[in-house]
Amino acid sequence: MSQVLVLVELTDGKPADSTRELLAAAAMLGEPAAVVVAEPGVAKALAADLAKLGAATVYAAGVAGADALLVTPQVAALAAAASTAGPTAVIVGSTPDSREAGARLAVRLGGAYLSDVLAIDANGTVTQTAFGGSYNVTASAAKGVAVISIRSNSIDGAAAAASGTVVDLDVSSDSAPTTAITARHEAVAAAERPALKAANIVVSGGRGLGSKEKFVLVEELADSLGAALGASRAAVDAGYCEHNLQVGQTGTTVSPNLYIAVGISGAIQHLAGMQSSKTIVAINKDENSPIFDIADFGIVGDLFTVVPQFMEAVKARKTS
Amino acid sequence: MMKIAVLVKEVPDTWSDRRIDPATKRVDRSGDVVIDEINEKAVEVALQTKESGGGEVTAVTMGPKNALDAVRKALAMGADAGIHIIDDALGGSDAVQTSAALAAALGSRGFDLIIAGNESTDGRTASIPAMLAERLGMAQATFLRTLSVADGAVSGERMTEDGHVEITATLPAVVSVTEQIAEARFPNFKGIMAAKKKPVEVLTLSDLGIDAGDAGGANSWSVVDTVTVKPPREGGTVIKDDGTAGQQLADYLASAKLI
Repeated sequence: MSQVLVLVELTDGKPADSTRELLAAAAMLGEPAAVVVAEPGVAKALAADLAKLGAATVYAAGVAGADALLVTPQVAALAAAASTAGPTAVIVGSTPDSREAGARLAVRLGGAYLSDVLAIDANGTVTQTAFGGSYNVTASAAKGVAVISIRSNSIDGAAAAASGTVVDLDVSSDSAPTTAITARHEAVAAAERPALKAANIVVSGGRGLGSKEKFVLVEELADSLGAALGASRAAVDAGYCEHNLQVGQTGTTVSPNLYIAVGISGAIQHLAGMQSSKTIVAINKDENSPIFDIADFGIVGDLFTVVPQFMEAVKARKTS
Repeated sequence: MMKIAVLVKEVPDTWSDRRIDPATKRVDRSGDVVIDEINEKAVEVALQTKESGGGEVTAVTMGPKNALDAVRKALAMGADAGIHIIDDALGGSDAVQTSAALAAALGSRGFDLIIAGNESTDGRTASIPAMLAERLGMAQATFLRTLSVADGAVSGERMTEDGHVEITATLPAVVSVTEQIAEARFPNFKGIMAAKKKPVEVLTLSDLGIDAGDAGGANSWSVVDTVTVKPPREGGTVIKDDGTAGQQLADYLASAKLI
């Protein structure tokens, strides 16, 4: 069975949560092989973890200062692993780093780049959506290697544990001009809140909150449900919250099990980023808001009374 | 003097009902099309960079006849020249092919900085800037929400899933910018009039040196197999708050096992 490469994303030096589903996706197409880029000597230490998640082979690229280089070491490692493995497909995650590594790899190897993939079948046909979920699209590689970027939370299950045989890669001859990462500012404070893309529940606030101070209410609601926090563009533009919370056409696309829109009217650009959520709840004072056209449960009312009452009711359920 | 290229593209208006043509499986561009909003911001950044350090800005697009409107918009904002890659044989190109065409058009012109939006609103692959960097052997400084150019290097804040990182790359570099980067200026009347006299170079497949056997949808690396319209999402229950809506919502979510 031919190998399918997986670019392992690292969080604090450990395989990121995405690793499980990326290896599971690879197992649908062939024999999963993990590709890890880390400081020299470090990648090997991750082999046991990766084996448990299904990696039959662990390609380990030791790169001094790997954490301070943008994307190019990952591309070099994938290309080196591909020249050894001759893979039918390469699976990458959905972070900007992984997506860009995948895009460059498709060019370097000669292959197809399939982005934002929600499902894969054994023939290598992938499912994507277009125009904010208005269309389902299936696509495949016509020639060359298929480089597939998987949207977070799309693939269920896990690959069977495998041996995790380590193969060292030498990427020192890579000549691509590098970009240096000189500092990281990755939200430590919000770390307890799940990431927007991967969350099971997303609570988003809109202009209906009225001010940055009052936006705290949706933060409380999110935290009470263990949900990720999102926002409409109007709320972001009004300065109620950080830009990276924006859900919509020009922000993050989410498809959680439960999406709660608070004080959001539902402009088409917002809907494009969340309408594939499994269940949608909307709370807004204007009954003509377009958000109610797609909500499974809509409440026309004052969010400042509905939300606190809802939180009380949830709390009562938990304690009863 | 900095030579700056900025990539622009016409897309179906995100405020309109956007369609995919079921016959061709390509984006239907017959409705309302506009320059992608993120491209206007890329043009703004190009112009600001030129204004602070001197230089020349060339707006580049690839697409059918109407795509020229996006270049004209950039020229009206203040870009100096345009390049329009146009050839029927390029229709249906995927991202890998598009990056090849752009690289062929831009590669030998000595650009110090190639600026693009991070992601178009139609294809949303967010891949062209990285692919261009790969093809042109230039550094990539992408997903920037801030940008500065000094001492032969470009630096800025790159958006990540959990925040941002500070990055810096030596020129020449391919840059992509996010929505936050800047507010685009509006072209004034003088700019619009001046744009009509600015040069726009037209490049075809043969000008690019791309073999017809590698071009367009018939030769793409990835193919769209099926396109189906998702049935519109049906609205569910909408209630007016009678003083118990919060409680009712908790009951609803609990019965659906969502909380």
